[in-house]
Amino acid sequence: MNEQTQSVLDKYQGKYTPYTHLNDQYVSLTASESAEVLYDLLKSLKEEAGYDYLCDIAGVDYLTYPDAEDRYGVIYALVNTESGARLFVKAHANDPAPTLPSVYELWNGSNWMEREVYDMFGVTFQRHPDLRRILMPDEFVDYPLRKDYPLRGLGERHSMPSLTRAES
Amino acid sequence: MALKLDDNIFISQLDALASWVRKNSLWPMPFATACCGIELMSTASSRYDIARFGSEAMRFTPRQCDVMIVAGRVVMKMVPVMQRIWQQMSEPKWCISMGACASSGGVFDTYAVVQGIDRFIPVDVYVPGCPPRPEQLIRAVLDLQEKIQSTGTINAREFQKRTEFEGPKPLANLVDPADLIVTPGDYKSCTKISLN
Repeated sequence: MNEQTQSVLDKYQGKYTPYTHLNDQYVSLTASESAEVLYDLLKSLKEEAGYDYLCDIAGVDYLTYPDAEDRYGVIYALVNTESGARLFVKAHANDPAPTLPSVYELWNGSNWMEREVYDMFGVTFQRHPDLRRILMPDEFVDYPLRKDYPLRGLGERHSMPSLTRAES
Repeated sequence: MALKLDDNIFISQLDALASWVRKNSLWPMPFATACCGIELMSTASSRYDIARFGSEAMRFTPRQCDVMIVAGRVVMKMVPVMQRIWQQMSEPKWCISMGACASSGGVFDTYAVVQGIDRFIPVDVYVPGCPPRPEQLIRAVLDLQEKIQSTGTINAREFQKRTEFEGPKPLANLVDPADLIVTPGDYKSCTKISLN
């Protein structure tokens, strides 16, 4: 981690938990910290520490996960295209109505990635310009990658009308 | 009065004549969504040559086709497309469900993949296999030809009798309510399970 990154992170001292996993640098924020500083932290990392590329946004559901404090995790994979350094910022959100700030204004490419997290996990991104389902049909009412979504059963996949031979 | 006919004249029914004409020129509509589509293509190749049975003219518009071959898994979003293509085909028309995924969902028992296209459109012939070999598809075409010859009518009367839904019963009626993973009931309320 270079000096600029460290100085940015120092500004948010106490608002995050740093850790390292397999040579990757992580910055973890709890649900309350995410609501408070996530957008500002990502903005500082982009503008002051040179993390100008948002590589990916991933969603996780920590329901029934051992020792998990918050239910939903949203991981922002940042890349510094100058140095090649990577930093993973892990935000959290909770039921009911898990909400995080949208980073669309920082990286326009986050548009579809946030839509996918919304589609699969139901995490709402505030100030997203066009937050609607991207993969599932619009009629779908639930979020299929949540851990309490049933693995088997009728499900919503069979909610469409059938055609008989005489009427088709 | 005995009818004296030449040797090259036959007496038949109009229904049988129409079916005989139709069955030997089934134009497939390839609704190929997955790997079964590759086997479908190889069925048309020179090695297997579905042209021997009159089904080589694959058309990519439903309006020119007689038989829809659904090859591959069909997801929720694709069902309205499939139904519309099926409805756009002109009578008489038939449907072959090719492969395990189209017939039953196959291994893809997920939130998006429908468990058999016969829940949404009527199917005439099922082809098992994952994917089926071209010989199996040719067998299905031959079976369909036999079905057309035995049941076909010139004005498609036999389809009017099929007013009942022919697919399997809804999955919710088949599962045990005690099974926690499986959620019976209507789809709007069944997608959540309580973890208390």
